[in-house]
Formats: sequence, C-alpha cells, structure tokens
Amino acid sequence: MRTSMDVQTWTYLLIGLTFALYLGIAYWSRVTTTKEFYIAGGGVSPLANGMATAADWMSAASFISMAGLISFMGYDGAVYLMGWTGGYVLLALLLAPYLRKFGKYTVPDFIGDRYYSNIARTVAVICALFVSFTYVAGQMRGVGIVFSRFLEVDINLGVVIGMGIVFFYAVLGGMKGITYTQVAQYCVLIFAFMVPAIFISIQMTGVFLPQLGFGSTLSDGSGMYLLDKLDGLNTELGFAAYTDGSKSRIDVFAITAALMVGTAGLPHVIVRFFTVPKVRDARLSAGWALLFIAILYTTAPAVAAFARTNLIESVNNKEYKLLPEWFGNWEKTGLLAWVDKNNDGKVQYMSGTAITGKPEFIKGSGNSGERLVSNANQETENELYVDRDIMVLANPEIANLPNWVIALVAAGGLAAALSTAAGLLLVISTSIAHDLIKKQIKPDISEKGELRAARIAAGLAIFIAGYFGIHPPDFVAAVVALAFGLAAASFFPAIIMGIFYKRMNKEGAISGMVTGLLLMIFYILKFKFGLLGGGGITDWWFGISPEGFGFVAMITNFCVALTVSRFTPAPPMHIQEMVENIRYPKGAGGAVDIEIKDI
Amino acid sequence: MNNDKNLKQYWKRNLRYLLILLLIWFTVSYGCGILFVDELNMIKIGGFKLGFWFAQQGAIYIFVILIFVYVHLMNKLDKEHNVDED
Repeated sequence: MRTSMDVQTWTYLLIGLTFALYLGIAYWSRVTTTKEFYIAGGGVSPLANGMATAADWMSAASFISMAGLISFMGYDGAVYLMGWTGGYVLLALLLAPYLRKFGKYTVPDFIGDRYYSNIARTVAVICALFVSFTYVAGQMRGVGIVFSRFLEVDINLGVVIGMGIVFFYAVLGGMKGITYTQVAQYCVLIFAFMVPAIFISIQMTGVFLPQLGFGSTLSDGSGMYLLDKLDGLNTELGFAAYTDGSKSRIDVFAITAALMVGTAGLPHVIVRFFTVPKVRDARLSAGWALLFIAILYTTAPAVAAFARTNLIESVNNKEYKLLPEWFGNWEKTGLLAWVDKNNDGKVQYMSGTAITGKPEFIKGSGNSGERLVSNANQETENELYVDRDIMVLANPEIANLPNWVIALVAAGGLAAALSTAAGLLLVISTSIAHDLIKKQIKPDISEKGELRAARIAAGLAIFIAGYFGIHPPDFVAAVVALAFGLAAASFFPAIIMGIFYKRMNKEGAISGMVTGLLLMIFYILKFKFGLLGGGGITDWWFGISPEGFGFVAMITNFCVALTVSRFTPAPPMHIQEMVENIRYPKGAGGAVDIEIKDI
Repeated sequence: MNNDKNLKQYWKRNLRYLLILLLIWFTVSYGCGILFVDELNMIKIGGFKLGFWFAQQGAIYIFVILIFVYVHLMNKLDKEHNVDED
C-alpha cells in the first residue's frame, strides 16, 4: 500500500499553508497613511512590483479558464494570448513612465487634473468602478468554485471564506498589504501552473519545457508531431484543424486589438506603476511584469494542446464503463456529462453541441451507469458535454499525476483569484475615498478621515463583490467584453492624448470618452442582450464581434476628440506646462521609505 | 544644459524609439500572427507552423524583449540628455 495522503488532505494542507502566509504578510505590512494605503508609499522595488502586477493581472480566468478556452479554439486562442500580453508593450512605452512622473494616486486623478475638469474626473470614476465591479464578481465566484470542487465545501461558504481573507489584508494593509501578498501569490500560482504542465510535457513528448514540447514529436513511438496529430484528430471529429481556427481574420484582428488596448487602459493595472519610486523603475517593472506573465501565457497554449489530445484520446469511442475514474469524478461536479444517443455504450465526441444548456442532472443512472440529465438532446451526433474549465482543473488527474500536484492546482487557482480581487477592490476603494470624497465632495477631509473612508469603502466593496459571487448575475460573462471595451474606448485614448498631444483640451477629451463609452454600450446591448433591435452575426458592423468592438469604439474616441479639440480653445498654459513636465523623468520625487512597523 | 533645444531633441528621439519599437510590435503580432499567418504557415519549424507559432508563442517572447530594449535605450537617452533622476 502507498502511504501517500489523499487529494483532500493535501488540498487542506496547501491551502492552509498559503493562507497563513498571506495573512502573515498582511499583518506585517499594516499601514497608517493614505499614501501607503493607495500606492504602498511609492517605494516598491521594480522586481516586486512586476511580480505583484503579474499576480494582479492573472485572474481566476487566466489560471483556470484560458488554457481550456484555447484548447477548444485552437489558433483563434491567440486573441487572448497576444491580446493580454501585447497591452504591456503599450503600457511600458506609452503610459507607465509618464503616469509615474505625474505622480498622483489614481487614473481618474490624471484625467481630472490633465483635463482640468471634474466632469472628466467623474466620467473616469464611473468607468473605473464599472470595470472593477464587473471583474471582481467573477473572481469571487472563482474562489467559490475552487473551494467547492476541491474541498466539497458549499460554493457560498467558499465565497465567504474568500471574502474574509481579502477583507483582512485589503482593509488592513491597503496597497502595501496587497502588493506583498501578491508577490507571494504569484510564486504560488506560477509554481502550481508549471508543475503539472512540465509533468505532462515530459509524459507526452519527453521534452522538459512545455513551450518546446508543444512543437515536438509524441513519445508514443509514432514519431508524429503533436500538433499534426491534433490537427488530424480535430478534422476527423469534424472540428476545424487545431492550427487553423475558424474566426474571420478581421475579427481576430479587432479582438486582439481591443484586448491589448483594454489591458493598457485597465485602472487596476495602471495604478501599479504609481507604486515604484522612479520613472525608470516604472519602465523596468512593466518589463518584469510581462516576463512573469509570459511564463504562464506561453505555457497555457502548450497545456491546451496537451489537454485536448489527452481528452480526445482517452474518451472518444471508448466504452463508458471502462473509462478511468476521473471521468466519474468530474461528472459529479457537472463539468462533464454524457448522453448515449445511439445506445452503443461508447462515448462519441465530435463537433457540435451535445445537449441544450448546462447539464441538469436527475436521479438515477443510465444503462452504462452514467448520470442522467434532463437537458434536451441537440440534433448532433456529439454525445459529450465538456466544460472548458476542466482542461486545467482535471488535467493532472487525466494525466495521472500525484495527489499533491492536484492539490497544488487548487491553491494556485485561489492565489490567482484572490490577488486579482484584492487589486480591484483597492481601485474601487480609492475611487470612492480619493476621487469622489476627497477630490469632490469633501476636500477638507483629514488624512485620518480619508484613510477611514478608504477602509470602509474597501469593506463595503468586498460585501458587494461577495454578494455577486453568491448570486452571480447571468450577464457577467457578457459584460467582461464590455469591461475591456470600456477601458479601450474611454481611458486609453484620453491618457494617450493627454501625454502625447498638448493641444488636447477638456472639450475634446470628454466628448471623445463619452462617445466611445456610449457606442460601446450600444453595441453590447444590441448584440449581446438583443436590445435596440438586436441582431445576429451577419449584422455585426464590419464583421466585428462585440468582443472586438472596443477597437472600433477606441478609434471613434480618437477621431471625435481630435475633431472637437480643433474647434474649441486650447488648454490653459499651466496644463500645457504640466504635460511638458511629465515628459521628462527628472524630478519625479523620490518616494518616502516604507517604514516597517514593529510587530 | 537643460535648455529647450536639449529637451526637444530628447523628446524627438524618444518618439523615434517608440515608433520603431511599436512597428516591430505590430509586425510580429498583427503581421506575422494574424494578417500573414496563412503564408507563414507554409513554413514549418519542428512541429510548429510558423504563423501559428508567432500567434501563440513568438509574439509574446518578442513583446518581452521589446520592453527590456526600451528600458535600456531610454536609460541611456535620459543620461545623455541629463534628464535622469539623481
């Protein structure tokens, strides 16, 4: 008998240890000033900030869902891979150094000051809140899902535990607590992602690095390249060849662009560059951030290809009764379901949707012992329902990896979800305490009062996020496209023109942001919610999907802003001088040293 | 020598760096990974079709390199024009 611990014990152990670590760091980095709360005192090293940014950026979706999405999209998955990394080049070259030189706390701060207008500031605050809430709801749900699948805890209890942890370190430590826990969370999540990937790469191709294994020959003795094999399997089953994809070229272009620009415009990412001491640190830390992100993002497509090959090979045309144990385990969670349409007792997996909607299980089991579903069958020969999240979550089990690796995936998923949630909550709390209360409603508020307001806002935001995590609105998936679209359509052009075009005035910037926003919202309502006349794929403007429309809205913003600014007065002299000033690094003002309080 | 001319020159060179780097950024992602993906897919390196490799791997590596090159160029430029911090 093997004396190894079971998965559940390992999971409790690893999650317990990592949570204790996060709480310890949080306690060590408690803060007492708003500067520490908002931007960690501005004294974070570029390397640490790069890691924190990477953890902040890589959410439950990047960790759990992305590889799965890619494995079903094949080549088209490149929109996420390039879209969610290419934005960092824009950030590093066009935004981060200048915003660091500007030296305030938030994105609405920059928009409000640069365009000398509280209307502009308010538009920016609304966008920041909207984008952040959309995102954070998904993260809390992610925490709940990981808990329920790995520990068989109720999903809602999982959300509450997640809320408690984030509450502790976000409210106590603000940006400082968040930054240093994110550094730890990055280490946990990247380790948890890489270990199974490396195991599987060695298993399937004999190559250590998944990035290379992905393009190597299979080690099953056939001498065939993995990707050729996968192309073959896909075509055989009626899917598009894996390396070809099925989206139109223009749509792939637009989605990639919208995601890149959206990434560069997301407030919780931008604000990270306010936390480093110098302009040159801001540039460098964008480089570190992308390097740390790229480790996961270049591994994910390899995992996607491995997992897809593994899945097809191990289930297609296999007798249900002889399937390995993991199939039944994941059937229990509702991520897999099988309906024996032709009553042959074997699983037929091919293109097309097997059943209508997500599986709703009913009592009793079928002829082969499968769980029965109440969903109507679709008119296809495909008998298998596969949730794409399974590709990362079940991958270690499918590949027969040791128990501790399976548990590690749970700890990694939690680290990814918690770190992103905390970063977003901070943006929400800062937007309310700083941009609304301090800058607009009550300018004479004391330092202590502002800090208290920020803490209360963070606390409230956690409860609202938790509520959405427990009662997820149906529209969350649909509005993620909107979150990126809004960031692309509003913030990005306003900031770029604020830095690179001195003549841009408040009239131009505000009309550009408002047009971009409204256009984006209109398109989502029309094509995602079927309102305002609705419409299908054939009605898309220029053949661009709602996911890619942020690109069009961004260009519209630029055009409107440039046109309006030509017919309205130039910005005042002191604003033009400010723009001049942020272009040169000298005199960014050294940040105060972080005081480490006695514990 | 922080006169206007020096600063103007600094800004102009900065913009030139940006232009070149962003051109590369565009070429590897939108060019090699999307617009010319079919043409590049005719070429195969190991198990990878080249266009597919750019779209799912190569573009990302080059993004990382671009930022570090930018950091290096700008640190040098800051010093040459005496606008660096301390």
